[in-house]
Amino acid sequence: MSHVLEISGLVKTFGGLTATDYVSLTVDTGEIHALIGPNGAGKSTLINQICGEIIPNAGHIHLAGRDVTRLPPAERVALGLGRTFQITSLLDDMTVRQNLGLAIQAREGGNFRILDRASRRAEVWDEVAEILRSGTLGARADVRVADLAHGEKKQLELAMALSQRPRLLLLDEPMAGLGHVESQQMIEALQAARGECAMLLVEHDMEAVFALADRISVLVYGRVIAAGSADDIRANPAVREAYLGEEDA
Amino acid sequence: MKREHLILLAVFLLLALVPYAAELTGQTSWTRLVGQALIYGMAAASLNFILGYGGMVSFGHAAFFGIGGYVVGILYHHFDAGTSFLGLIPGTDQMLITLPAAVIVAGLAAALVGAMSLRTGGVQFIMITLAFAQMFFFLFISLKTYGGEDGIMVRRTNSLPGLDMKNKATLYWVVLCFAAAYYLFLRRLVQSSFGQIIAGIRQNERRMAAMGISTYRYKLAAFVLSGMGAGLAGALMVNFLRFASPDMMHWSRSGELMIMVILGGVGTLAGPFIGAGVLFTLETTLARYTEHWMLPVGILLLIVVLTTRGGLMALIRRLGGKR
Repeated sequence: MSHVLEISGLVKTFGGLTATDYVSLTVDTGEIHALIGPNGAGKSTLINQICGEIIPNAGHIHLAGRDVTRLPPAERVALGLGRTFQITSLLDDMTVRQNLGLAIQAREGGNFRILDRASRRAEVWDEVAEILRSGTLGARADVRVADLAHGEKKQLELAMALSQRPRLLLLDEPMAGLGHVESQQMIEALQAARGECAMLLVEHDMEAVFALADRISVLVYGRVIAAGSADDIRANPAVREAYLGEEDA
Repeated sequence: MKREHLILLAVFLLLALVPYAAELTGQTSWTRLVGQALIYGMAAASLNFILGYGGMVSFGHAAFFGIGGYVVGILYHHFDAGTSFLGLIPGTDQMLITLPAAVIVAGLAAALVGAMSLRTGGVQFIMITLAFAQMFFFLFISLKTYGGEDGIMVRRTNSLPGLDMKNKATLYWVVLCFAAAYYLFLRRLVQSSFGQIIAGIRQNERRMAAMGISTYRYKLAAFVLSGMGAGLAGALMVNFLRFASPDMMHWSRSGELMIMVILGGVGTLAGPFIGAGVLFTLETTLARYTEHWMLPVGILLLIVVLTTRGGLMALIRRLGGKR
């Protein structure tokens, strides 16, 4: 049971294209496992299969020991799966505070109550206040999400995902579009969250990957061509050729 | 908050005075007109809950309005004839039975329609809800027992213990109380935990699923609640006009409810009632002069939508100085 996530023999084809080609990988409790690979390698397809938005053709996905291969997304969340999106996906008409409130309410339950007052649920709003106090978003609590800067949206999305208290957090390019300072903040935020849950980190920013990852898997043309520690990956000639080499050239 | 309560109380009192004002000025049709507008307002407000707050553009909402109305009509028909519905359920003219029955039956119909149409989205959803509404429309036209195209005459309004429902003013006040209660219910509903989830689904369904919300179940529950509201409005309408006909669920009626919502203000509490009042007043006034009353109404709708950005409620808010 030390594997939070266990993927075995996963296959997904779209017409003639094999986007996921017998992928197997594991994420252990408390581990940050990075998934890297060039554009079009099938990283997002893999993430979406783990979330349940795409159903694989073959293979299995186990979450905390349960086979979730065919479960709908919301039921996987109940088993401890959290995620952030590559393109931030928030409730744009609501404020930062309301976004967090709804995330915590969704976790707390009682979502079919039609005659209560959502704004008076102490168990929800006490925790929201706590999150706002400890994080960097406190000053922006009552700003509408549509008016937030990109980096702030990324931070909010992470805070919402963590507020679900997931066992495994899928991070789909959390650094995408961030400036240098913002990237550093995000790396710090992820480091701080390290103890709370295991993470599968899809990322292009190699600095972030090498700073955070305990293990790295390299995906090329839907196939895992290498897996190991940061040093292993840096030294691997196949990886250099397929991926890292691109950046040197 | 105080200000909102004061406005609501003032509007309620003004509306309560309508029968007296009608009698004083000799314009006795006012009571009937305002009463109908209030009922249409309820139906439009029920549609607005899924359309404005939930983002589900249902183009078949009149079906539930009509079904609610027919429940009252059919129960009265059997009460009058001393027979039973399907040989099982005896008729009745007691409002305390007919209204809950109408709400439940409309809710069941909404559950059926919603369960199938909510598997789709966007244009398909609009078309499927429309198709279901048309099916109900033709179903009731084919029911010769219940008057077919002509519908059912309800010769006497349902009775409510302790009240003289034959009195026009009493009936109007009963309708007003239902409309006020429904307004307060919706006001509570949109602030509830469930209401927040629905608002979240409108903004970003994928995000809500990532929070562990099985969005389909919540949308279906909202659709059923909304259908029940429309059923209540339909049941009141049949009591008020003493007449149930398939026209109540014609697709153009669904369109009118939508126009009321858009005219008044999508996603606002008072908007649908204001929209219903304005549209219904225009309709009855203009229809006296021309049968092509839809043309000026259409032009007005265009102007309101293009200039106010948010319907008449947005205009009122701006005039009232609230941003």
